[in-house]
Amino acid sequence: MIPVLLIVIPLLSGLAAFFIKQEKSVKTWAVFSTVITLAVSLLGLTVMKKATDLHTDVEWLPLLGSRFTVGLDGMGQILCLLTAVAFPMIFLATWNASYKKAHNFFAFMLLSQAGLMGVFLAYDALLFYFFWELALIPAYFLCSTWGGEKRIAVTFKFFIYTFIGSLLMLVGIIYLYLHTPDQTFALESFYKATLTTKEQGWVFWLFFIAFAVKMPVFPFHTWQPDTYEQSPTATTMVLSGVMVKMGLFGILRWLAPVLPMATWLNGDTVGLLCVIGMIYASLVAMQQDDLKRLIAYSSIAHVGLMCLAIFVTSDQGMQGVMIQMFNHGINIIGMWIVVELIERQLHTRKISELGGIAQKAPGLAILLVIVALANVALPLTNAFVGEFLLFNGVFNSSVSKMGYVFAAAAGITVILSAVYTLNMIQRVFYGNTNTLTAGVQDVKFNERFILGVLVIAILVIGVYPRPFLELTQGSVDTILSRMIIKQPS
Amino acid sequence: MNAIVISAIWGVVMMFSGIFSKNNAVIRGTALTGLALLIVVNILEMGGTHLFKVNVHGMLSFDSFSLLFNTIAFGSTFLYSLLSGRDMEKVGRSTPDYFALIFFILCGVSISSSFNTLLMLFLGIEIMSIPLYILTGTDKRNLKSNEASLKYFLMGSFSTGLMLMGITLIYGAKGSFNLNIISLGTGELTPMIGAGLLLLLFSMAFKVSAAPFHFWTPDVYDGAPTVFTSFMATIIKAAAFIAFLRLFDDGFGELHPHWQLVVAVITAATLIIGNITAVFQQSVKRMLAYSSIAQAGFMMFALVALNGVGKQGLIFYTAAYSIATIGVFAVLIKMKDYTFEGFNGLAKRQPVLAAAATVFLLSLAGIPATAGFMAKFYMLTAAVNDGHVMWLVIVGVLCAAISVYYYFRVIQAMYFKDGDAQEVQVSPVFKGLLVIIAAIVVLLGIFPQWLIDKLYYFL
Repeated sequence: MIPVLLIVIPLLSGLAAFFIKQEKSVKTWAVFSTVITLAVSLLGLTVMKKATDLHTDVEWLPLLGSRFTVGLDGMGQILCLLTAVAFPMIFLATWNASYKKAHNFFAFMLLSQAGLMGVFLAYDALLFYFFWELALIPAYFLCSTWGGEKRIAVTFKFFIYTFIGSLLMLVGIIYLYLHTPDQTFALESFYKATLTTKEQGWVFWLFFIAFAVKMPVFPFHTWQPDTYEQSPTATTMVLSGVMVKMGLFGILRWLAPVLPMATWLNGDTVGLLCVIGMIYASLVAMQQDDLKRLIAYSSIAHVGLMCLAIFVTSDQGMQGVMIQMFNHGINIIGMWIVVELIERQLHTRKISELGGIAQKAPGLAILLVIVALANVALPLTNAFVGEFLLFNGVFNSSVSKMGYVFAAAAGITVILSAVYTLNMIQRVFYGNTNTLTAGVQDVKFNERFILGVLVIAILVIGVYPRPFLELTQGSVDTILSRMIIKQPS
Repeated sequence: MNAIVISAIWGVVMMFSGIFSKNNAVIRGTALTGLALLIVVNILEMGGTHLFKVNVHGMLSFDSFSLLFNTIAFGSTFLYSLLSGRDMEKVGRSTPDYFALIFFILCGVSISSSFNTLLMLFLGIEIMSIPLYILTGTDKRNLKSNEASLKYFLMGSFSTGLMLMGITLIYGAKGSFNLNIISLGTGELTPMIGAGLLLLLFSMAFKVSAAPFHFWTPDVYDGAPTVFTSFMATIIKAAAFIAFLRLFDDGFGELHPHWQLVVAVITAATLIIGNITAVFQQSVKRMLAYSSIAQAGFMMFALVALNGVGKQGLIFYTAAYSIATIGVFAVLIKMKDYTFEGFNGLAKRQPVLAAAATVFLLSLAGIPATAGFMAKFYMLTAAVNDGHVMWLVIVGVLCAAISVYYYFRVIQAMYFKDGDAQEVQVSPVFKGLLVIIAAIVVLLGIFPQWLIDKLYYFL
């Protein structure tokens, strides 16, 4: 019941939003809908934990062997929670922004939420593919309609990249489907698909490219900084906070456990790509003058680490990925909220034109510093827990022989991330005010509230991550057992 | 048999309807009645009711495959006439004749979907083609329309010649026109059968505008009055495909390993040429012409794979493709400027038109939750299932990605670019129909079960 509600509520309220012409009422409607979704998600997390509540299985296309199977396991719970938390946060934080044709904007936002929920809930490959694409279409319209100057070309590039990836994945899905014993799309039968090592090898790449484009992993990342820069900030938050997790989630649910042999064999290659991407992105981030681009590149580095940890495969590393997916989601949304606040007041995102904001807006500065420190993974913040586990996993990996090298290289990027993040804080918030920043006002109540909630979440997870870790332990065990059963010895 | 007789009779009725009534609405009504009747009698035949007892001596066989396709073809024509019937009146003065020709074409469609001898194939294809040559040239005062008609006629006759030659060679080798007899034998490829097969392949490839026999398509589609381009690009093309598949499946299925590679190469060439050339077009109408070549490439997958999934998939594909293309053309006809710029800002002035066109274009591009996705899914499954043509599958999906480029250019123009006002006048009824058709496209994408059931249990 819960999974269906999680998809249906945003879907129907999104469709309804197309017809609410008044800006104020459509905003209220969107917040109302997302809060309900959040409540349902929390309900699934706390009260209604019976298997019958968390799984729904309905006939869909019996002749093709596809069923409408949706369900929540630990990993699904945590990502659905992220999706459910992110949207009301985004809507409230950008409450004061105004859009042309607001009803369309909010309708597409809600539809993309429905798509994202579907991706995280689907237990049927064809259904998964449906939602995978459905999450993309609203994002395309959002970026192309409400984005910056170069929005059309940039969004188009984003769309084509993702679409090529998805189609290759579709071929992979069909190939696996035809090799399942009972010719169905169910995840369970995908586990049983019998493929030779060679077949696994190239099916692996069909899937991996789709996920790599989404995350993005070097060298498939070139769409990302442009798209983040050009999109309206609310959409950028969705893209970077939640949509990026689709790639990681895809690997964890549909790639690693389904094609374990190929995942093992290609682990080092992918790991190398991740490490190259992390160092490259960190170096580029240091050179950026545009706040949005800086955060975009820093996101490539962070996601690269998570991808790396998946492919070196260890218990701790996987746990790290699970919790870090959530942490990265809320932290980066926090960063975007600050950028949005600065841009809306000063109409610039150039670091070189800013300075001394802390004197005028101390509240904003304090909140930003905590979010930024979380981004650097300082102890006591949520990201520390995640990155600690990730590094531990990479370092102690029994799968990869290159674990030490990867860990060392990834370690450099943590230092680099501190360099560009702290440098950014210093140049934007401290120092002397200039003519532009002299008139900055401090954060309004709704923004302060959202950022405050974020900061509390960051600190709470940083100090007491146990509930999260317990929640995802089951999923981690399933994935690892799938991968080790077929371990090549 | 029901459909063949009724469509021929109704064609004659339409010819004379002009004498009894000068009112176009009455004529249109008569035509729609005829189409509805065709659908009904065809469905009756699917249920086993034969209105006419004719001994065809095994020259035609009305199996579920052909009957199901006929229903879809008649249904598409019905939708097409509802949407674009009014626009036919703007082409010229002889509306009754246009409808008569369309009914004769439908007669040809039902023959070529149910032929069982090569002679009937020839007759079917010709009955389909000759009225089309005329329809292409109906815009008499337009030089481009005349040119297109002549070009189509010359090239069409040439390919018909090839087909006859092929039929002759096959007859010489096998001693019969009957597909059942042709398919007998050891499956050995003698030079005579090989040559005949190749000629038949070329002529059919011409009819479905597969590369490298596609050169007539853009000019003819562009030159013909847009209403008839819509008909040509959908129902005719689909019927030619059904004939193509029937010929090669029933007649030469045993020889499949011999010709698979040739067809696969033609398919790849069609996909690549169609898609890449479409990218460079400046006119939406020409873009749609190339897109129809590209879509033909996908339909060829059914031939390459030649399995049950492919057969079901081809019918699904023709339905999905026809409905979406008819929809896009119906919108295009209303535009005065056929360039991409002409679509700029359409969403502001005609939100319903733009939204419907977007659904159709998404379907053509194969985005999930539209009929086009299920169609492409079927084709890819058929090809992957075959196992020998994975390279073609990869070419196919890359080309599908290219196709997004030109389909989305129209969407971009409609939604994200501001345009000077191009006045578009449409009636509320037309809008309502568009919405209904768009809904059909989406429903076929999300709940295709109804059609899949039919395909599975009939074929």
